[in-house]
Amino acid sequence: MDWTALSLSLQLAAWTVAILLPVSIVMGRFLAYRQFRGKGLVEALVMLPLVLPPTVFGFYLLVAFGRNSPVGDLWQSLFGSQLVFTFEGLVLASVIFNLPFAIQPAQRGFEAIPVEVREAAACCGMSSPASLWQVELPLAWPGVMTAMVLTFAHTLGEFGIVLMVGGSIPGETKTIAIAIYDRVQGFDDRGAAIMSAVLVAISLFTIALTYWLSARMGRRLS
Amino acid sequence: MPLKSSSLVAALATLLLAWSPAPARSDTPVIAAASDLQFAVTEVAQAFTADTGMSVRLSFGSTGNFSRQIREGAPFQIFMAADEEFIIDLARDGFTVDEGDLYAVGRIVLMVPHGSSLSPDENLDALAEMLAAGEISRFAIANPDHAPYGMRAREALIKRGLWDDLQPFLVLGENVSQAAQFALSGNAEGGIIAYSLALAPEVAPRGRYALIPEEWHAPLRQRMALLNNADSAAEAFYTYMKEPAAREIMRRYGFVLPEDGG
Repeated sequence: MDWTALSLSLQLAAWTVAILLPVSIVMGRFLAYRQFRGKGLVEALVMLPLVLPPTVFGFYLLVAFGRNSPVGDLWQSLFGSQLVFTFEGLVLASVIFNLPFAIQPAQRGFEAIPVEVREAAACCGMSSPASLWQVELPLAWPGVMTAMVLTFAHTLGEFGIVLMVGGSIPGETKTIAIAIYDRVQGFDDRGAAIMSAVLVAISLFTIALTYWLSARMGRRLS
Repeated sequence: MPLKSSSLVAALATLLLAWSPAPARSDTPVIAAASDLQFAVTEVAQAFTADTGMSVRLSFGSTGNFSRQIREGAPFQIFMAADEEFIIDLARDGFTVDEGDLYAVGRIVLMVPHGSSLSPDENLDALAEMLAAGEISRFAIANPDHAPYGMRAREALIKRGLWDDLQPFLVLGENVSQAAQFALSGNAEGGIIAYSLALAPEVAPRGRYALIPEEWHAPLRQRMALLNNADSAAEAFYTYMKEPAAREIMRRYGFVLPEDGG
């Protein structure tokens, strides 16, 4: 069992969720309420990572954030380290790749709030942030929660991009999914089987927890 | 109730942030090694640590993929390629300290899993017969587009006149370890893989093999080089690879070493 790889994957997932939580609320709410020209395009862009193969995305990351690219240079001058083949690079890749999982369910959550409820909040003199915090979030919470759990679980399972831009460096970019791949190639079937089982258990637990939480939340609200 | 939900959000966010600092970047050098070295160099690294107290981190993969990653700035400190062309190209473009050293010459074998109807012989006669009789369903090699062991497998199969007929049945591994995995999984009659893998204790019990004549393909001249950011531990490992202890291990895995007349 490669605990370093498991812990690295959990950290990657936690960072991705931490960064995407505010993004999911702001973007989900914005897309749920506002109608504007080009909304379809924005929604399509958000969903794009869902249909693009990780190889396409991995290739772009390698070229766009690699050495000699403007983004790679900027990052290098700001933080003194490069972006690809580092944990930070994986977090960035993971954040972009999880946008559909983070935004879509949150958007559905906000869309489900009856417009009368929002109007009532506004009529009571609530500011937009106050309304978000005290009225909308408690109602949209199951959606946001689902978004975060999906993001977390999906990050644990991400493989293709990490393979292409990670470099499989133990303790930095060798996630559990890569470690399993390496074990299979190293003919260590037992190690691969144990790690796979652990990953299945964690993913199942995480998803079951959300269903349980949102069911509870639904009961409380009704 | 609203308060409860929001405090839950805050608590969750705090928990996540507190619990997950970014992993500290370790100073231990990372070595990118071709996957035919999977077992041999792992053993060398263990001996290196036992002898010197220093350690290295190993990353195994396809030579072509590593070469690409090094060009994009991957922080490896040593690159041990399965084919010297990749090192010479990197050296010419200034990614390595110099042209490095030839550290081993590899061989390829036909390996078949136990229970396979194919029997391994060095002239690939049984393979030719079964192919003619339509009894081959799958045959594994590494991807000849970018994996050196795949390129040599292709050369040998062309030389033996089997390449064209074998085309429809080929399964390609991303690197030679994956090809070995495919060849021995029981879902293929066999495959052409690295001798160093066939001899590894993890792989040897899974099947039988026959060495393919080395005149059938260009030699697998495996070259390594220090990359520009190599530190003293990486340099120590690089030197260790050329010392008797490491050479003995490499020899045990079927590699012909440079000064042994390879």
